[in-house]
Amino acid sequence: MVPADFYLRILPELILSGFAVLIMLVEGPARGQNRGGASGWLALIGCLAALVSVGTQAAHPGDAFSGLFRVDAFTIFMHVLLIAATAVVILAAMDYLPQQGLQRGEFYALVLFATVGMGFMVGSVELIMIFIGLEISSIATYILCGFRRKDKYATESALKYFLLGSFATAFFLYGIALLYGASGTTNLYTMAANGLQISPDGLNHGALVLVAAGLIFVGLGFKISAAPFQMWTPDVYTGAPALVTGFMSAGPKAAAFAVALRIYYVALHGSSAAWFWLIWVAAILSMCLGNLGALYQTNLKRMLAYSSIAQAGYILVAFAALGVNGASAVLFYLAAYVAMNLGAFAVISHLAHRDEPYVNLGDYAGLGFRFPWMAFALSIFLLSLIGVPLTGGFFGKLFVFQAALHAHLVGLTVIALLNSALAAYYYLRVIVYMYMREREGAPIACARFTLPLWLALASCLGVTFWLGIFPSSALDFAAKSAQQLLR
Amino acid sequence: MDFINHTIVSWTLFFPLIGIVALLLARGDRAVRWVALVFTLATFGLSLHLPFHFDSASGGFQFLQRAPWIPAFHIQYIVGADGLSLWLAVLTTFLSVIGVLISWKSIQKNTKAFFILLLLLETGMLGVFFSLDLFLFYAFWEITLVPMAFLIGIWGHERRLYAAIKFFLYTMAGSVLMLGCIIWLYNLTGTFDFTVIKSGLASGLFSINSTTELWLFLGFFIAFAIKVPLFPFHTWLPDAHVEAPTAGSVLLAGVLLKLGPYGMLRFNLGLFPHAAQRCSEVIVILGLIGIVYGALVAFVQPNMKKLVAYSSVSHMGFIIVAIFTFSQIGTQGAIYQMLNHGVSTGGLFILVGMLYERRHTFELSEYGGIATVMPVYAAFFVLIVMSSVGLPLLNGFVGEFLIMVGTFTSGVLHAHVYAIIAASGVIWGALYLLHWTRNTIWGELANAKNKVLKDLDGREKLVLTTIGLLALFMGLASPYFLNKTAATTATTIAAYQPVTAATSARLTIRP
Repeated sequence: MVPADFYLRILPELILSGFAVLIMLVEGPARGQNRGGASGWLALIGCLAALVSVGTQAAHPGDAFSGLFRVDAFTIFMHVLLIAATAVVILAAMDYLPQQGLQRGEFYALVLFATVGMGFMVGSVELIMIFIGLEISSIATYILCGFRRKDKYATESALKYFLLGSFATAFFLYGIALLYGASGTTNLYTMAANGLQISPDGLNHGALVLVAAGLIFVGLGFKISAAPFQMWTPDVYTGAPALVTGFMSAGPKAAAFAVALRIYYVALHGSSAAWFWLIWVAAILSMCLGNLGALYQTNLKRMLAYSSIAQAGYILVAFAALGVNGASAVLFYLAAYVAMNLGAFAVISHLAHRDEPYVNLGDYAGLGFRFPWMAFALSIFLLSLIGVPLTGGFFGKLFVFQAALHAHLVGLTVIALLNSALAAYYYLRVIVYMYMREREGAPIACARFTLPLWLALASCLGVTFWLGIFPSSALDFAAKSAQQLLR
Repeated sequence: MDFINHTIVSWTLFFPLIGIVALLLARGDRAVRWVALVFTLATFGLSLHLPFHFDSASGGFQFLQRAPWIPAFHIQYIVGADGLSLWLAVLTTFLSVIGVLISWKSIQKNTKAFFILLLLLETGMLGVFFSLDLFLFYAFWEITLVPMAFLIGIWGHERRLYAAIKFFLYTMAGSVLMLGCIIWLYNLTGTFDFTVIKSGLASGLFSINSTTELWLFLGFFIAFAIKVPLFPFHTWLPDAHVEAPTAGSVLLAGVLLKLGPYGMLRFNLGLFPHAAQRCSEVIVILGLIGIVYGALVAFVQPNMKKLVAYSSVSHMGFIIVAIFTFSQIGTQGAIYQMLNHGVSTGGLFILVGMLYERRHTFELSEYGGIATVMPVYAAFFVLIVMSSVGLPLLNGFVGEFLIMVGTFTSGVLHAHVYAIIAASGVIWGALYLLHWTRNTIWGELANAKNKVLKDLDGREKLVLTTIGLLALFMGLASPYFLNKTAATTATTIAAYQPVTAATSARLTIRP
């Protein structure tokens, strides 16, 4: 008999799966223009219900299903973040999909399934379960990438993501196998308790563990688009529908970081001196390659793709700081990053028009005073990505640098600081185009501002400012999560 | 009264933000201008509370207010004013009023956005002067960047985009290093509270070795040096100035440049006295190069706005020399010269802007003999140029004189040479400024386009009269200003007394 508590601990996942299945059922018989309209609201209700149920989840901390799943502050933090991000994506999709002529219920179902997968990724403390979560979310995302079926770039994007993604997960799985070989368990906390260096048969498996750490990093590095596993990012991000790109750059990336925290900070804690250098190199490469790549992009989606590589680099800087400090900086930055990046993509999706002809820098010329609220929102998101005070991105950077300096990573911090100054150029350029230039030819129009989009942007803006002006409660939450993670 | 004294700084600081809300609600350009004027005037009025209730005998911070902001990182909201920030804050609120007045007619496009950014800039600048928490300071420091870049980029002249981006990136590059140093300092001391860090470093409670001190000093210094701008970090300034709208130039020259020397006095000298002394020689030499180089480049400029911009490089050089020779008199002069420069160079930019509004060109060669068509304008022109040259009875003289005397008697190595080179800067200054006056105001009215120029209207007279009277008042009543800064200067310099005294003792014994 499974205790009822166990189900309460995975209640958000249950609710999300339930709603996703419901959407599929509702969508089946629907025909004509109305397809998808109801599904959007259903998905939103599902998300909000799941968000509420995180409260129930939080009231029942502990392990579930023979130690597969663990509810602690870390799980709660990531659940709130991921489900809220999904809710924003769904809101924006209710504006975006009809505009693109892509209004189909499967979109919402897939987004919910992907969220279920991410929920399992962040809540599981057992490698096989993490892998299953990763696959659920990845497969849903592969399909979403190719959602504009008739577009060759979308297909290219989906195929590329799928092939390389499968390759990366294979590495991840190989890493899991080696870890199991070295420790005789797949439970992360058991590994941590036993100490990984010595396996049950009494042999020293230090080298095996290191190879496993490297292989797992290949898999996760792909998902977080950390250099040198970032090659796919620009193409996939550019080809996928803009909102899907926003979703990809937020949810799956955050979930993969959470998994990385659990695996490296908890299970592989003992060999941190060795894998630290892996993170260190990846952080520097990601920041530099991402920012340099973004400098000359004129396609906004491509620019933000490179920017997301660079942002992953900043998060890796915090990752390299280790300890509670590093973990809480990672978590806080993730929250700020998800809000600002998703917000930016929501604006871009709205302005792109059907089949997305308007995603180039030149198309944004003169928007500033024509659509003041749209432009204001995008400016705030970009300023936050630069790291200007009073925005979440600023505190995110501050905590990252603080953690890194606290760990005496002076060189890494200086490189990160210089990179963030360099990055100001390309983010600022978008603002410059919006406010300080006029478009050659007719200025682009802006579709009607619908209520769901308004809600999506308002919540992203709200969170960006909230994290930028009163970051205390979020920071305390992140710190508490980090402490429970490492306990 | 206690309540007012306790919260007045916050009121002054955030009043422009209330103005922004009012501006958002205002309808029509006329209403927008009046709302902006009312709120800048009210902020100016609020800031006047500070000098009237300031205790001149105390060198510490007054009107202190503190509240926790982010407890987990010991970040607090601490604001207050001392002799150093007192007048700079008043200067800021004053020039903001002037900024609104001179934009009355020249800003016709997106008026509301312009004044919103102007008020945001005012809050940002005030915040830099009032913040006593390093983190809060940095936040305001960065915030000033955004509205200024927008003012240049949207309402500027032909090459505004280039100038706006250059301004933003230059300053950003400097300030991220400062952010690194602030965090480093936090990791060393566990607090962002300026007074705690300062007393802790002075008493040895927080011990840092001299290499660390040097790096921290440099991190802060480069950010400030870019803002000043100190030679060779000055290249963004002519671009930003030339392209900025008049109000932007006035606030840029009047206040934003002052953030540099303010930061040096407050943080570089306040926190890292040993490193400051170690580096002082190089810095003074850079300042001297700036004085001479700025003046010479200003002399050959064909563009009036560039001329004034390079004159700023030269004038700011004096301030740097005075700060890094560590004398009481010189530092007083530096503070006074910061205010003077705000008034006179602000005035010069206003004068240039007024000509531009009439002729839409900054080219010197387009002008000549303006006095015959615009006699009132010419009178103000000469007055403000004289204040910038440093004519006795006007404000510039007091500041420059104090700086010379302070540098000469500072007792640092080569003090006399420094003072002599700096003094030559006054001559160079007179040279290019009088040259400019002669070519613009006097002489033949050769250009036919200039024959129909209208003289000043009431609003313009009001602006220039205010500036002119202030220049005269600051020239005559300098003790009123300097008395309030004396105690603070003495405390700032106190850390340097032993060395200076020893050096001067050695100098007196030698003959």
